[in-house]
Amino acid sequence: MTTKHISVTVNGEAREADVEPRLLLVHLLRDVFMLTGTHIGCDTSNCGACTIHLDGESAKSCTLLAVQADGKSVTTIEGMASGATLHPLQQAFWDQHGLQCGFCTPGMIMQAAWLLKQNADPTETEIRAGIAGNLCRCTGYVNIVKSIQQAAGELAPSEDAATEAAATIQA
Amino acid sequence: MATEMQRQTTPEVGGMGHSVKRKEDPRFIRGAGQFIDDLVLPGMLWLDIVRSPYAHATIKSIDASEALKVPGVAAVITGADLEKAGLHWMPTLAGDKQMVLPTHTVMYQSQEVAAVVATSRYAAADGVAAVMVDYEPLEVVVDPHKALLPDAPVLRPDRAADKQNNHIWHWESGDRAAADAGLAAAEHRISEDIYIPRIHVASIETCGCVADWDAIRGQMTLHMTSQAPHVIRTVLALVSGLPEQNIRVKTHDIGGGFGGKVPVYPGYVLAVVASLTTGKPVKWIEDRSENLQADSFARDYHIHAEMGATNAGKITSLKVSTIADHGYTDAAADPSKFPAGLFNVITGSYDFPNAFVEVDGVYTNKPPGGVAYRCSFRVTEAVHAIERMVDILAHDLDIDPAKIRMDNFIQPEQMPYKTPTGWEYDSGDYPRALKLAMDMIGYDDLRKEQAEKRARGELMGIGISSFTEIVGAGPSHDFDIIGLKMFDSCEIRVHPTGKVLARIGVQTQGQGHETTFAQIIAEELGFPVADIKIEYGDTDTAPYGLGTYASRSTPVAGAATAMAARKIKEKARHLAAHLLEANPDDLVWTNGKWSVKGSPDRSKTIQEIAFAAYTNHPQGMEPGLEAVDYYDPPNLTFPFGSYICVVDIDKGTGQVTVRRFVAVDDCGNIINPMIVDGQIHGGLTMGFAPSLLESMTYDENGNNLAGTFMDYLLPTAVETPAWELGKTTTPSPHHPIGAKGVGESATVGAPPAIANAVVDALWHLGVRNIDIPLTPQKIWAILREKGVTA
Amino acid sequence: MIPPQFDYVRPANLDEALAILRDREGAKVLAGGYSLLPLLKLRLASPEVLVDIGAIAGMDGIAEVEKGLHIGGRATHRSIHENAAVKARYPLLEDAAAGIGDPQIRNWGTMGGSVAHADPSADWPAVLIASRAAINVRSAGGDRWIDARDFFIDSFQTAIEPNEILTEIRVPAPGANAGGAYAKLERRAGDFSTVGVAVQLNLGADGQISAVGIGLTAVAPTPFAATDAEAILMGATPDEATFRRAGDAAAAQSSPTTDAHGPAEYKKAMVSEMVVRALRSAVSRARKQA
Repeated sequence: MTTKHISVTVNGEAREADVEPRLLLVHLLRDVFMLTGTHIGCDTSNCGACTIHLDGESAKSCTLLAVQADGKSVTTIEGMASGATLHPLQQAFWDQHGLQCGFCTPGMIMQAAWLLKQNADPTETEIRAGIAGNLCRCTGYVNIVKSIQQAAGELAPSEDAATEAAATIQA
Repeated sequence: MATEMQRQTTPEVGGMGHSVKRKEDPRFIRGAGQFIDDLVLPGMLWLDIVRSPYAHATIKSIDASEALKVPGVAAVITGADLEKAGLHWMPTLAGDKQMVLPTHTVMYQSQEVAAVVATSRYAAADGVAAVMVDYEPLEVVVDPHKALLPDAPVLRPDRAADKQNNHIWHWESGDRAAADAGLAAAEHRISEDIYIPRIHVASIETCGCVADWDAIRGQMTLHMTSQAPHVIRTVLALVSGLPEQNIRVKTHDIGGGFGGKVPVYPGYVLAVVASLTTGKPVKWIEDRSENLQADSFARDYHIHAEMGATNAGKITSLKVSTIADHGYTDAAADPSKFPAGLFNVITGSYDFPNAFVEVDGVYTNKPPGGVAYRCSFRVTEAVHAIERMVDILAHDLDIDPAKIRMDNFIQPEQMPYKTPTGWEYDSGDYPRALKLAMDMIGYDDLRKEQAEKRARGELMGIGISSFTEIVGAGPSHDFDIIGLKMFDSCEIRVHPTGKVLARIGVQTQGQGHETTFAQIIAEELGFPVADIKIEYGDTDTAPYGLGTYASRSTPVAGAATAMAARKIKEKARHLAAHLLEANPDDLVWTNGKWSVKGSPDRSKTIQEIAFAAYTNHPQGMEPGLEAVDYYDPPNLTFPFGSYICVVDIDKGTGQVTVRRFVAVDDCGNIINPMIVDGQIHGGLTMGFAPSLLESMTYDENGNNLAGTFMDYLLPTAVETPAWELGKTTTPSPHHPIGAKGVGESATVGAPPAIANAVVDALWHLGVRNIDIPLTPQKIWAILREKGVTA
Repeated sequence: MIPPQFDYVRPANLDEALAILRDREGAKVLAGGYSLLPLLKLRLASPEVLVDIGAIAGMDGIAEVEKGLHIGGRATHRSIHENAAVKARYPLLEDAAAGIGDPQIRNWGTMGGSVAHADPSADWPAVLIASRAAINVRSAGGDRWIDARDFFIDSFQTAIEPNEILTEIRVPAPGANAGGAYAKLERRAGDFSTVGVAVQLNLGADGQISAVGIGLTAVAPTPFAATDAEAILMGATPDEATFRRAGDAAAAQSSPTTDAHGPAEYKKAMVSEMVVRALRSAVSRARKQA
């Protein structure tokens, strides 16, 4: 079986692997790199549990091949906290009871992080539309929305963040 | 009646009534949870399953030769292989039996046909694709009514000679003659057919396991997604013949259960067999299609209900006949005496004398089950039927649906209330809950708005559901599963430094047990929640329990936890008396301390007492500070609530929009308000889902039409309403902490509120009932028939 | 859900990609992957080799010229949705882009991929038909422009030859007093359309409809132009009665099947209703321009 050699920056760290072309990105992360925070909840790119950032844009890693990530940068839930300091979204999900079983949570946080990069001060409607590709079976979304609102409040005041978000939109 | 509990502890201690942030969350928000597919053991093999494309067919042959040539494939297991060991059938929790793998006939589409074991996930999938199975299709029975016809094919010829038909069982409750007489004498009678469709819990994590057989030690460790690990251990011991002490079931974190992770699925057994035969750990993880197409379903009740009443709207009698479609085997997880669960709670929140309920279970060519969908044993079906009937009666008699409920409610002073089908409701104040819901939503103004809109031809509806739940199974005189009485348990160990380890017999799937059970102990003993660690899900260490489903964790294991804590408190009193050189009878307990009555400065904290239990216990007393309690509840608990929903209907498309939804719940005393609200939010969303979006449908050949998330439509954040919550508190008089359980109330109560709102919007057009899900296509067809499309 | 085995190449430029398509059997082009990967996971497709065009520079641009909009085959749904020219002058495209899949899919899914995949329920094909777009396909032998109305042959079948790559889509400039709208009926956010209606029209100086294109999706084996409805609307006064006649004509021209989205009869009625709604919105937008 022919394999391809790929180099992927995962959570800031250069990683390499020899993979079958058919290997899904989510399996590269989970089974090869042992980053099991990214979950699999469906086969049809509906549930969003596998959401990661690929070159800064949110993506469903069950619907990407590992080889497509060659030369690119991937951020997973494991890359969100800085040591003991939680990302504001992680803190907000905890504070606002934005999770119950925790299975959709990593994908939800990754999608929310992308959403807040695009729109630092989203309305409730924009938040709900922004996580339309992420299914949660436990929370009824109410506290997920509140979590994202809390994090938006904490992330928003910085001038740098606003500039960075604007730059992302243009790029 | 017990009184509402006031907060006794400080926020730092975090006893009952505090919204303590969850202790389990730090691992989940970092992606460091330990879900089943995260587990990798050295030398582990992967198992994948060949499934039937037919709903009913004879297996003529299975050719595994090409599969065995696929690189990495280690073995292919068929029904014939299992038959040699007598493992091709297994018992269901409902006392029926279920195929692990078929030897001759497949009974539903996507049924397991063979298993492939390989060195990787990918090789196993390639092996599955290479197994060639030759089928001969048989006549398919999809409709349970047709299954009962004399000429229907007998789906289960393995049953006894006198059971060569598709009728599984008949069950009834109440007084048939009295119900008939009540109907005959009634001034007004209504009759309705109500279908509650098959749905699927679809937890975001599917099912799976890693079976790990250690041949040298004779030890089987089964890591799995189970809501009831101890029951699984016992069943596995009985089926496999392995000694129970050498079987260890471990559950780790579970990504949602909702009832779907109670049964034993063939995949688990296949992984066990594969590990036993290969001597290596074997992992089986379902994909979503397998989960939706083959795992146990919920509902599928065809209900015929008749109700009698006075012309003034006072209900006098209810009679209900139901056909229950169980698929090809009864794999429900109902208590033994209750094959139709607690469906006879169908008299609901209303006081009337006569009721009779009967249910007939039927086999069809569909996946097995009859498990819950976030509800206690068929309560959702019962609540839907009674709440729809009460609404139809109200509209028929031109009485406001709120008034007819108020007029028929069991009154608080009638509690405890004995229902005509034999339940004893523990407590409840139904008028208070409905009144609060009406005030919150502005009921009278909404009715005015509706009248104005109707005059303009706009379709707006208001729906009420005033439900009574029945949870906390259950008292041992009536409740068992395969003979195991439905008690639950807690073991508490207080360490010398005043820190606590407690283990419980129930199993969280997201409910937050690590937090709420710690809060019960904090309440009882005064240890801060931060000092209490809760463990569960490892059958080698946790005390025996029947698991988490049917909202039984707080009512049963929560009670066991309070009782175990009270045993510790009592021993602590004697230790304190020793330390204070006082008479134990002279001590009083306040805020985590035993102190001498009248001399509050002469006291010992629970931490000081814990240290003494290991360092300075009185001679003659057992050292240590531990307790265990197995709690056999004296009765079930009866949470309740009133929900009001407002819908708007798009006449052009038939689309229903839930504009507002107010939910007033009463679950007795509350351990953690934040978690209770979260449970209600989630429960409401799982009530909303089958009302408008989800249903598991089949064509006439038994082909599943909703077998992926592309067609089995879970609500997203976009459709899900912004829920508005209110609460009243009516404690359970018999529960040690007055709690009742809450995880499922909202799923039970929400669907009829939505259905009633939609019918309310259309009643003036001559619409009496619409079965859920209330899809645009269904509503549009009615609007067209009535000539009111845009 | 594990894909079958295949080979994978990621050519650095278009010529290299076209040479591979010419020379290798069973080659299939991979763009964003949101159409192809699900098929592979279900093992409904089994290509020998995937030709990933993700590294080819210059295929994802969106440029506005006098004659219209030039959209690179690999432009993502999101880049189209956020494009300033689209927001200013192509509301039909903006509407449609906003409703495709979900945010993650819009980040990576491409217009070219969706069009080449030709799912009978996809949204872009109806949009391109309504706006009378032209689609460029290139092989080692050169370019070939195909009218969007001739592009979709059957379910999952287009006029693209196996050795060709969809490189660019050109949407004509809407012209004066133009309005466009996409009306999508879906069961739930992120769902494929039950019915999708794309309308692009112009109003003349007299306020009557001077040009109109209507594309329908999910109600026939392929997306198609509702030509009978277009004929009714041409030169007509844009009023409710005319919209409804156009809607009914579009419904009559559609041939939906009964499936989980609903019975054929319901879908036909929804064609009529969604045509009316799209026309209302398009006309209102055209009037705002006037």
